Amino acid sequence: MLKFIFRRVFLEALPTLLVLITVTFFLIRLAPGGPFSSEANVPPEVMAAIAAKYRLDQPVWQQYLGYLADLARGDFGPSFKYKDFSVNDLVYAAAPVSFRLGIMAFIVAMLIGISAGITAALKQNTWVDYAVMGVSMVGVVLPNFVLAPVLALVFAIWLKWLPAGGWEGGALAYVVLPVAVLCKHYISVIARITRGSMIEVLSSPFIRTARAKGLPMGYILRRHAMKPALLPVISYLGPAFVGIITGSVVVETFFGIPGIGQLFVNGALNRDYPMVLGLTILVGALTIFFNAVVDILYGFIDPRIRIH
Amino acid sequence: MTSTLLQVESLNVRFATPEGEVAAVSDLSFTLAAGESLGMVGESGSGKSQTAFALMGLLAKNGRASGAVRYCGVNLLSLTEAQLNERRGAEIAMIYQDPMTSLNPYLKVGDQLTEVLRFHKGLDRKAAFAESVRLLDAVKIAESTKRMGMYPHELSGGMRQRVVIAMALLCRPKLLIADEPTTALDVTVQAQILKLLADLRRDFQTAIIMITHDLGVVAGVCDKVLVMYAGRVMEQALVDDLFGSPSHPYTKGLLHAVPQMHHQHGADRLATIPGNPPNLLALPPGCPFAPRCVERFEACLKPAPLQTFDGARQRACHRSVAEIAKAGASEVIA
Repeated sequence: MLKFIFRRVFLEALPTLLVLITVTFFLIRLAPGGPFSSEANVPPEVMAAIAAKYRLDQPVWQQYLGYLADLARGDFGPSFKYKDFSVNDLVYAAAPVSFRLGIMAFIVAMLIGISAGITAALKQNTWVDYAVMGVSMVGVVLPNFVLAPVLALVFAIWLKWLPAGGWEGGALAYVVLPVAVLCKHYISVIARITRGSMIEVLSSPFIRTARAKGLPMGYILRRHAMKPALLPVISYLGPAFVGIITGSVVVETFFGIPGIGQLFVNGALNRDYPMVLGLTILVGALTIFFNAVVDILYGFIDPRIRIH
Repeated sequence: MTSTLLQVESLNVRFATPEGEVAAVSDLSFTLAAGESLGMVGESGSGKSQTAFALMGLLAKNGRASGAVRYCGVNLLSLTEAQLNERRGAEIAMIYQDPMTSLNPYLKVGDQLTEVLRFHKGLDRKAAFAESVRLLDAVKIAESTKRMGMYPHELSGGMRQRVVIAMALLCRPKLLIADEPTTALDVTVQAQILKLLADLRRDFQTAIIMITHDLGVVAGVCDKVLVMYAGRVMEQALVDDLFGSPSHPYTKGLLHAVPQMHHQHGADRLATIPGNPPNLLALPPGCPFAPRCVERFEACLKPAPLQTFDGARQRACHRSVAEIAKAGASEVIA
């Protein structure tokens, strides 16, 4: 296990992150314009002072090395857009909001997606199956920027049950609509994956053996079919979890939620290099971490690939 | 061996497919006494395995069985899933042809064994464990207690098949259906497994239906044989009668296709029956074997009903027994 962690961190995670940082660092500087090009009528000497403060006067490779040195100390640099705030401060403030929203949406998506998928598999080729698959197809196709305003219109404007936006520290009423919009896509995908793999597992010879042993169907489902049927779902859940907790640009922007998604949009629009880089590293690191978690979970479920 | 354990009466198995209805088994009847052993032989697609699944109530969703399968007087085909579950695994057990895929790779061997005893016999964890170990010992698995904690992939093919057999025998079934139990195994292991089945039959008075395409296996362990082709019975006889005087051209062809060590002529070629089994979607109107049969004549275009002769033997052929007996084997393969 220690060997596995060592290999994962030093031979896979760190090199991957370094490549990610490097590519992002240079790519974002290729984009036309600069962080301060929209400031009106700034005297050249002030411009030069600003550039010096943020190391923008140095050659790009020196900026790069300087950035890496800062990173090694855990410093993601100052935000170019929000003066007097560091990227660390801003992400610390925004991340819990996105995480909270994402984790709730994730749990809802798993519960509904997996149960809907299993139900559809058990009722394969009946109206139940067609209904689940039909709805989930709509879920995959329907964009968030359509669903969000429609839900807000119905539940906030017409019915007046829920607020149309805002966060208020994550109070329940403010969370319902964003969670609903955010989990829609994941419910659909999870339901489809679960159904497919469950149907495959149920037709496998070892399930037939279990039936030949005279075991009741409910028990066979829980004890024999669940684990293998959920394996493909789990390998999807790892990356999906990262996607869902690092904030949806559309959902956060529409409902005015102060999360990572908003930082991302503003960072990209304002050429806030350190902000974009910092968030990219965050998402990259989380992705690598949760893929490793998935691998370890796989080992727990499938004895054939247990890590020694 | 007088009490009838299993009585199959005109069993039909049909599958609804997009191309039409497939007749996998047609009008199959046989009886099996307690402790008796029946061999079912035939090429792939002759309906052997589907017969087994029909008896176990394990047909695929698009399959339907009709007729009657009376086990101890009860028609299994009319039972509910719950009623079937009381018998499956307890009184009627099955061994599959592929030990690699018929065990659950995600569960320990011990868990897969004990669950049978806990459901059927209501044993607690400890008692079920002890009884499972006893059965693993009975099928000659070394270090049986240690194997209980292992996963199927940690066992060899032969050992897995023994586990499958032990699993089938946990509740001392009265009827054991073995679907090609030795095809996936190498020859030495095959011999051990067959010996094991013969022993178990002797010790527990278990009736066995042995599904195979290996006539050597039939000769070794069976009392009587059903020769099937395209879902129908071609010939039914005691083992010695069948091997001594086959009364159907298909049986003759099968027997001739068994490779012989002492073959003189054309030793470099294996004898075969020319052609392929018919498409079950479009069976010929007469005898299904006729298109491949060297003995065929005009009458073969009409169905050949199964007829009893010599007391207990049955055959479905328009030619007389004497005509078949006279025909040389070499003519059969042409």
